[in-house]
Amino acid sequence: MAKVKKGVRLEHISKIYNDPKTGKEFYAVKDTSLVIEPGSFVTLLGPSGCGKTTTLRMIAGFESPDEGEIYLGDEPINELTPNKRDTAMVFQSYALLPHYNVFDNVAYGLKLRKVPKDEIKERVMKILDLVELTGMEGRMTNQLSGGQQQRVALARALVIEPSVLLFDEPLSNLDAKLRVTMRTEIRRIQQEVGITAIYVTHDQSEAMALSDNIIIMSKGVVAQMGTPQEIYYHPVNEFVADFIGEANFLKGPMTGRDGSFVTLNIEGNPLKVEGRDDMEKGKEYTVVLRPEAATLADAGGLPCKVVLSCFMGSYQNYHVMVGDTLVKLEEHNPKNKHIYQVGDTCCLVFDPASVHVL
Amino acid sequence: MARGQSAALDRKKLMADPIMVTTIVVLITFLTLFILYPLAILLVDSFVGDGKFGLSIFKRIFAMPSFTRAITNTLKVGFLVGILSALIGLLFAYVEVYVRMNKFVGGLFKVVSMLPVVSPPFVLSLSMIMLFGKAGIITRFLLHIYDNNVYGFWGIVVVQTLTFFPVCYMMLKGLLKNIDPSLEEAARDMGAGRWKVFADVTLPLMLPGLGNAFLVTFIESIADFANPMLIGGSYDTLATTIYLQITGAYDKAGAAAMAVVLLCITLAMFAVQKYYLEAKTAATLTGKASRGRMLIEDKSVKIPLTIFCSLAAAFVIMMYICVPIGALFPTWGYKFFPLTGKWFNQVFTRYHGFKAFKDSFVLSFISAPITALLSMIISYLVVKRKFKSKGFIEAVSMLAMAVPGTVLGVGYIRGFSGGIFHTGFLQGIYGTGLILVIVFVVRSLPTGTRSGISALRQIDKSIEESAYDMGADSFKVFMTVTLPLIKDSFLSGLVTAFVRSITAISAIILLVTPSYLLITVQINEFAEKGAYSLACAFATILIIITYSAVLLMNLFIKHFGTSKTMKED
Repeated sequence: MAKVKKGVRLEHISKIYNDPKTGKEFYAVKDTSLVIEPGSFVTLLGPSGCGKTTTLRMIAGFESPDEGEIYLGDEPINELTPNKRDTAMVFQSYALLPHYNVFDNVAYGLKLRKVPKDEIKERVMKILDLVELTGMEGRMTNQLSGGQQQRVALARALVIEPSVLLFDEPLSNLDAKLRVTMRTEIRRIQQEVGITAIYVTHDQSEAMALSDNIIIMSKGVVAQMGTPQEIYYHPVNEFVADFIGEANFLKGPMTGRDGSFVTLNIEGNPLKVEGRDDMEKGKEYTVVLRPEAATLADAGGLPCKVVLSCFMGSYQNYHVMVGDTLVKLEEHNPKNKHIYQVGDTCCLVFDPASVHVL
Repeated sequence: MARGQSAALDRKKLMADPIMVTTIVVLITFLTLFILYPLAILLVDSFVGDGKFGLSIFKRIFAMPSFTRAITNTLKVGFLVGILSALIGLLFAYVEVYVRMNKFVGGLFKVVSMLPVVSPPFVLSLSMIMLFGKAGIITRFLLHIYDNNVYGFWGIVVVQTLTFFPVCYMMLKGLLKNIDPSLEEAARDMGAGRWKVFADVTLPLMLPGLGNAFLVTFIESIADFANPMLIGGSYDTLATTIYLQITGAYDKAGAAAMAVVLLCITLAMFAVQKYYLEAKTAATLTGKASRGRMLIEDKSVKIPLTIFCSLAAAFVIMMYICVPIGALFPTWGYKFFPLTGKWFNQVFTRYHGFKAFKDSFVLSFISAPITALLSMIISYLVVKRKFKSKGFIEAVSMLAMAVPGTVLGVGYIRGFSGGIFHTGFLQGIYGTGLILVIVFVVRSLPTGTRSGISALRQIDKSIEESAYDMGADSFKVFMTVTLPLIKDSFLSGLVTAFVRSITAISAIILLVTPSYLLITVQINEFAEKGAYSLACAFATILIIITYSAVLLMNLFIKHFGTSKTMKED
């Protein structure tokens, strides 16, 4: 596509709503600033009510921000109505026009733009080919499966060649297997077209699989923005660590330092981990330990007691108590390993460089 | 927190859509000018009609014994008709939903629910007089009673009950169907008999709904003009008293004050119905029936209920059939054979039948599409868009539902005969066909809006948003998405508006000038004069027109309706 790619910039955006029950005002989105690079795939991830959909709808123009300005490229777009914005949205419910067939649904935006008939036909067929729906153009939308309807919705958004593609939880109405297939499709198509995409979801694996960058939102503010790796390995707080994947939190005061490594006192045991320069002796710190990063052994590491041992196929799931702290573990490829049983006492072992101190 | 920016932005976005802004401005002007203003002028007139502000006019009308009697009369009739209609409606609804019926009885029920929709409002008064009056077939020829008096309180009550109970029946049927059968099965399972289940489970669940049906009928009864006019005799209700105050006593200020009193009563009822009972009904009966109900097959219940309802239904149907037959008898009450077409003939040769039908038809034909389109636009704005004056538009179009036709008629006389605020501005429309069209539109708007709103609520908001997002402006969204999706509702709104307009009388009779002959007014006139055969002939042709319109609509929806393709979802 010949178009210049555009990014999206949010500057100090806030949106205030009334709580329907109490009637009180609250910030659905509060003082949020974001830069979304041209051509990148960015996911807004968070639990329901975190403000991600509101943010997306403000970018689309359905909602107006109470503070701040939204830019598409370098152009401020606050005052533009959705039909004048160079964005196209893929809706959660697909929102296909039920009285049109597949072709007319995809052609709708082009007809509104008064594109010549021949060109409409050519562009629609090209896009239907891209989303692998060739031959379906005469079908009514209710004769399509959920996945096919989603492809039509995607084709309809792509065909008008918007600067930015917006996705509002587009896969949440599909079954689990189809979700996985469709998300690879979406990523493939986005890469092929090279379009800027903003994707809202509450499904962290979807976010991981799709995104160049993930923005984690909580209670109306951005908790962290970064690549999937940054967010997974270096979460900024417990909320982010817990929301992306499973996380165990080990808490204790710092007792000493040895170069880049520090020693913390965890439930009465010394634990050596890779630390930061700004850490101070005596202060309490939290260590994030991913379930797959640790293993159980007869000696070394932190002493613990097994309270749950459960075979899950690809891994053995353990819950162990380190003092009063519950730690969840995933021992992968358990076939030829020693399996600890409930009540066994053993040790929790991990590489000091594979944990992250908050 | 400051929400000024989003409000300002929303306003700017709205302003960027000139068609939308124009539509809203036009709508607000229309509603203000033709609903709010006539009501406001009534208030003004009744407080300052004699030059100075005060209650003197009210004092004067309340000193009239005829007026205070009319108030008690109206309330008495409304109360009794409300109760009877709700109870008979409940019985019919219960039998239809709970008792296994054969096809014939089911057919009877369907006809009964359909008749009041397609017939002019006062047909039953006509047939009541023809069947039970002094020269009535049943009273005089079968029972040999020569001095039966159908006029007065009982005449109105019977006729209004028979006219309005089908509405209650349809309302309550919908509610009964929404009761989850497992609730009643649970009670049965715990040992309650069928009567106990009805008294302890079904009835309490239905109470708000029954109250609702009662109030809706009460309002209809109070607002009814044609039936009390025909069969009331010397028993005057508010609507007829107001009419006589204008046409007989030429006391426009007094009529205005009386109209204000009538309006206050209906508004109060309407407020209770809308804000209290409707919410309660929705709250108790939200559940959808999870599966089919075990129908009552027990003969000791089934046979008496079916027989009673069939007889009642047959009676109602006979009353309606009486009208076309009455138009065929050579002399009603004396000579029945041979059947003759002379009355129909006279309608067209001597009584300007063609002009009457042309005028009625053309005026209704013009106002129906306007009404249908306006109500769809209002529903679209109310359900799908947000803007500041939305509440105003919704409230005023609903308010029109509570305004009796007679009140509106008086308001138009006071409001437009001397121009807006008696300044002469817009005086030109008074006495023309235009004002009749406007009255038709205003009278049918609330029903259309109501059905439009419920149709639109079922359409996922994001479908329109997606079209908007694709680049369509509001007008395009409405034309290419909204309207096609509620085609059925639009069509039925069109036909309902047409039928309501062509059968309307209460407001129109006050505003029509000799240059327009309307069928309903003609029927009323001939019936008043005692020329029942002619009235019947007019009414028969009117029923044929409305019935064909409804048939045509059903045919059209069946073949081109959206519901067929949408239902497969």
